[in-house]
Amino acid sequence: MQRVIVPGLLAVAALMFARAPYLIDAAPYESTMGLVQKIFYFHVPAAMTSMLSAFVCGIASVLYLWRRRPAADHTALAGAELVVVFGVIALVTGPLWARKAWGVWWQWGDARLTITFVMWMIFVAYLLLRRFGGPGSEVMSAAVGLFGMALVPFVYLSVNFWRTIHPTTDVVRSLPPEMAWPFRWSIVAFVLFYAALVLVRVRLERQRLALDEAYAALEE
Amino acid sequence: MAEPAAPDFDRVDLLNVTRRYGRRRALSRATLTCHAGDIVGLFGPNGAGKSTLLSILSTLVAPSEGEVRFGGQLAPGLGDALRGRIGVLGHDLFLYSDLTARENLEFFGRLHGVRDLAARVAAGLAEARLTERAGDRVGAFSRGLRQRLGLARALLHGPRLVLLDEPFTGLDDESVHLLAGRLRALQAAGAIVVMATHDFETADGLVDRPVCLREGRMRALAPGPERIRERYRQALAEAWT
Amino acid sequence: MTTALRAAWLIAAKDLRTEFRSRELVYTTLFFGMACVLVFAFAFAAPSGDAIAGVLWIAVLFSGTVALGRTFERERQNETLRALLLAPVERGAVYLGKLIGLMILLGGLELVLVPIIGILFTAPVGRAPWLLAGLLLSGTLGFAAVGTLFSAMLSRVQSRDILLPVVLYPLTVPVVIAGVEGTAAIFAADPRFDVARMWLAMLIFFDAVFVTLALWTFGAVMRE
Repeated sequence: MQRVIVPGLLAVAALMFARAPYLIDAAPYESTMGLVQKIFYFHVPAAMTSMLSAFVCGIASVLYLWRRRPAADHTALAGAELVVVFGVIALVTGPLWARKAWGVWWQWGDARLTITFVMWMIFVAYLLLRRFGGPGSEVMSAAVGLFGMALVPFVYLSVNFWRTIHPTTDVVRSLPPEMAWPFRWSIVAFVLFYAALVLVRVRLERQRLALDEAYAALEE
Repeated sequence: MAEPAAPDFDRVDLLNVTRRYGRRRALSRATLTCHAGDIVGLFGPNGAGKSTLLSILSTLVAPSEGEVRFGGQLAPGLGDALRGRIGVLGHDLFLYSDLTARENLEFFGRLHGVRDLAARVAAGLAEARLTERAGDRVGAFSRGLRQRLGLARALLHGPRLVLLDEPFTGLDDESVHLLAGRLRALQAAGAIVVMATHDFETADGLVDRPVCLREGRMRALAPGPERIRERYRQALAEAWT
Repeated sequence: MTTALRAAWLIAAKDLRTEFRSRELVYTTLFFGMACVLVFAFAFAAPSGDAIAGVLWIAVLFSGTVALGRTFERERQNETLRALLLAPVERGAVYLGKLIGLMILLGGLELVLVPIIGILFTAPVGRAPWLLAGLLLSGTLGFAAVGTLFSAMLSRVQSRDILLPVVLYPLTVPVVIAGVEGTAAIFAADPRFDVARMWLAMLIFFDAVFVTLALWTFGAVMRE
């Protein structure tokens, strides 16, 4: 079944990404920012996918902590890596947009940007712990994954409250309907691509584990 | 002797226990049954899996495969109270260097909910021949003295299962004799003693169930008239399946 | 079997007694905190209310990290952490005991640091003492709650000294935001106590969630 799902997802995502530039081009220009604003069609879905992955990792981590099923661990690892990957996309496109739109590279008041950054750091820490934590690092990084996921609402709360005290130039919040269609198209494309990547990575991890076990069994 | 609320058992079973760390198998399909009054000796080269086996028996480490049963029941089913029936003397002795001998025993005694603490601590110190040094900081003790205190700490709550990781290392002759005597007393009282050691001489008169470990695999040493050291060397020389 | 709370108190009392003997952690953590403040005093030429709040919280955070490392280093010698885990009490009791001990140490540190910062930076630390104390207490608890779990978890890892801050700091970002902002609201030329109270409420909420989460997770994480 895997042999059909992954290529299927990739194919659909590829087609959607191929079509996307046309849709984005057809979308209206935003009043103040002009062409630059269009990076938002990639920036926001990337950030949202990164956040989605954080939850995937968090839930898989919980499952692993209490049930110790290898599949949960594989998923958590895949999720963590993809938080970092999609996070990088969001964190690079974000400042590029912000610089042109508002003249500053970074906006601490933008909850989305800040939380993407904090999550990115947490899941980089997950990966560092995995790599340098020695034996048993799967369990330890699962704790990081869990706490990372639990942290999301708190970072949102604190950054949003911070913004009410330190008002800054506002980010475009409401979305006119002509922009909604290419935006949703972009989100779907990203999520499909993400799903394909997770499945591939989990399979890779499962094979690595099988290899380790075969290696160990060889000594029997 | 031990606290009545804790579940008691008279046998411990390891059934096909395997413990993996990544690619390495620390323990491979180990099977062992111990009854009350047994003194089981674990012999084997360094890195053979003796400490791993003891850790699994102490419930601190869970097996990757296989089961550990205490009186027929699995460890998680028996809850935290199970640990009240297990006494462990690890390689690192588990003592606080900044506290005195008495304080160490009192602390662990209270943690284990030992009754008549003062009397039991005094008795433990006396048995370990440490009464005169009871008020001294453990950090100042020699290895041998710390070993004696560590054993007193491990036995303070009257455990049913006693796990010892190389208890004779660094002990002088008198201390070895003392320890052997205490182990025999434990045996007579119905405790299960599992001991990893390299001291074949002392083990000879003490251990009635010698077991050999090599690269994670376990094999009981065949009964015979030879001394344990000979049987051990023989076992290592053979090929193991 | 001793109850979990009693066991936690026993462990905390043992830590305090050990500390009282040598006073190693108290002196070194205190002076480390002051060293931080000294460096910041020179790093910021003329710190405003915001920056002073930041100095206080960073000093607490850094000192806390060092204290966490040292507390578990002590348990690492002679593997006494294993002995604690072998006790027939809930694993959560070990966590709680360590947390209480750490809170007392850091509380003492803050009692000294706050007046010193008040003097060095002419900060209005006495303006709303209970509110400030509440912020420090709840913020320190949030930091210590997460820190104790991860420090215990990392105690057997070789690179624990660097991995602890790497893991801990991102996870305690909301604590720092709330703590610094709340304190800055008190220190500001035009103080906003209602704002400070909001941040305090958020910190208390954070503490409730994360202490609970840590208690739940401690047993599972310490099981190899």
